[in-house]
Amino acid sequence: MGPGLRRGDTERGESTMSKATYSPGRAIAAHAVLIAYTVVALFPVFVIIINSFKSRKAIFGSPLSLPFGDAFSLVGYETVFKRGDFLLYFQNSLVVTVAALFFVLLFGAMAAFALSEYRFRGNTLTGLYLALGIMIPIRLGTVAILQLMVASGLANTLWALILVYTAQGLPLSIFILSEFMRTVSDDLKNAGRIDGMNEYKIFFRLVLPLVRPAMATVAVFTMIPIWNDLWFPLILAPSEATKTVTLGAQMFIGQFQTDWNGVLSALALAIVPVLVLYLIFSRQLIRGITSGAVK
Amino acid sequence: MGSLQINHVNKAFGATKVLHDINLEVADGEFVIFVGPSGCGKSTLLRIIAGLEDATGGEIRIDGDRVDAVPPAKRGIAMVFQTYALYPHLTVKDNMSAGLKQAGTPHEQIERQVAEASRMLALEPYLKRRPAELSGGQRQRVAIGRAVVRDPKLFLFDEPLSNLDAALRVHTRLEIAKLHRDLKATMIYVTHDQVEAMTLADKIVVMNAGRIEQIGSPMELYNTPQALGVSGAKTIGIRPEHLVLARDGGRWAGRVEHVEHLGADTNVYLATEAAGLVTVRLFGEVYHDTGSTLWISPSHDRFIYRFDEAGQVIR
Ligand SMILES: Nc1ncnc2c1ncn2[C@@H]1O[C@H](COP(=O)(O)OP(=O)(O)OP(=O)(O)O)[C@@H](O)[C@H]1O
Ligand SMILES: [Mg+2]
Repeated sequence: MGPGLRRGDTERGESTMSKATYSPGRAIAAHAVLIAYTVVALFPVFVIIINSFKSRKAIFGSPLSLPFGDAFSLVGYETVFKRGDFLLYFQNSLVVTVAALFFVLLFGAMAAFALSEYRFRGNTLTGLYLALGIMIPIRLGTVAILQLMVASGLANTLWALILVYTAQGLPLSIFILSEFMRTVSDDLKNAGRIDGMNEYKIFFRLVLPLVRPAMATVAVFTMIPIWNDLWFPLILAPSEATKTVTLGAQMFIGQFQTDWNGVLSALALAIVPVLVLYLIFSRQLIRGITSGAVK
Repeated sequence: MGSLQINHVNKAFGATKVLHDINLEVADGEFVIFVGPSGCGKSTLLRIIAGLEDATGGEIRIDGDRVDAVPPAKRGIAMVFQTYALYPHLTVKDNMSAGLKQAGTPHEQIERQVAEASRMLALEPYLKRRPAELSGGQRQRVAIGRAVVRDPKLFLFDEPLSNLDAALRVHTRLEIAKLHRDLKATMIYVTHDQVEAMTLADKIVVMNAGRIEQIGSPMELYNTPQALGVSGAKTIGIRPEHLVLARDGGRWAGRVEHVEHLGADTNVYLATEAAGLVTVRLFGEVYHDTGSTLWISPSHDRFIYRFDEAGQVIR
């Protein structure tokens, strides 16, 4: 029996790969589309970064030129670090994002497990109810949320943001993860039960490791809107001690005059942490997408 | 050490009843095989015995003790699944010792039991590997090893060989037979494969549509089939190996449609006026031209089974 007769995944993997390599026309077309999209998507980021290293005159004189010679200036970064407590803003953003991410993944995965694993009355209805939030923007409830936070004394705390973002991220997380958890083999979970694992062990030790790619996908989709959000920090936690980066960068935008050096430098710095988080998840993310993340 | 009684067990998923009043006695050390068409409830019954599914009614006793409310891990059972169900992130050794670790067995005893099981199943070279680094046959041996390590009163197998290729299936089948001899454990085994059922079983349980239709030893079942499935008319049945072919005369005429050469056997398929497509199994190499007309007769009249309208045999 030669290697060509191996069954299962290997064979399927090989045949899809060889199909891709044997049609160069399609491969080139696909790459052209992807490269074009990458350029379009990265262009604004590129412009922000080059201009953050330029003097005010150079920014307006030639916004697309690279920051060399006369144009080069670090004045933006100097203002960022002199005015306001940017390190604190960064810390706030990071705390809020990571904590909300943690709760979204934990509670999302737990709810998804319950929905996909157990038969109970109203299972489908509960699933629909939990997924409803995907279609209803949480900002519609801003006034009520603000009243709630003020009443419970959480206004101007990071907890206000963490709770709201957890609520905002849960619907999509539950939806994607429960789809994924349905694909985890029943036999495997049953084997765990026969070996004496309780339901928590089965969830944490068997199921979670197998849905890691889906978790990474959910993590990225959840993390970016939280990090970039301006709305809730402005409304729920605008105090100096709880400002996030996006809100902190607003102080350079005045009614009459905007310090573009400051804004661009703050934004350039704000890209770094998400980039790092993204790189952490990206390997898993790619596996998740290629295995059909959202079916 | 491992007897099992099933008394009046029923199971329904919502409104659909899948098991109807199942009653079965399995003696200590017996090898019992469940056979029956797909969807008849074999796996469901096995899962109820294991405690992975609750029965809607009735009781299960292992060694005389009622176990309906006992969790799977405490019933003294081990189960081998069709899909192996090995923990993908654990090594072979950790896979095999997981159950004992959960139960808090002392370390030395775990080592001893794992060593013993891996020797029995020739798994020593693979102990450090992960399931992904094993072939299908090796994976199923690990799954069997995981069951053996637990030293259960009762082994449950759900179609353990159906994902293996033919050669490996024979090999693993022999291994399971040997295991049964060596351990003298009670085993319950689900299969679709007639050869597995005939060769392994002390007792075969034939199920259909959620009911037990017949219980008996392999040869009893072979010689006195009770049911043909519901045919709605009086019919007769003869096994392919109990028919003979002749060129010049016999009971029924048939036109040769297809001939299968299996080496030791030859299957001849004939289209007949009397009974549609008939299979005749002949010993050795026999050649017939497709399209030629031959005569079929039973080799002895005692091999003819008569069934009534409900598919029950008439004696
Ligand atoms: N979780 C479930 N919910 C509803 N119906 C189910 C469930 N599990 C099984 N069934 C039904 O119960 C019946 C028996 O299923 P079971 O898996 O026991 O069949 P089986 O005899 O093992 O079949 P096979 O030989 O194909 O494995 C089937 O009709 C199946 O559709
Ligand atoms: Mg089954």
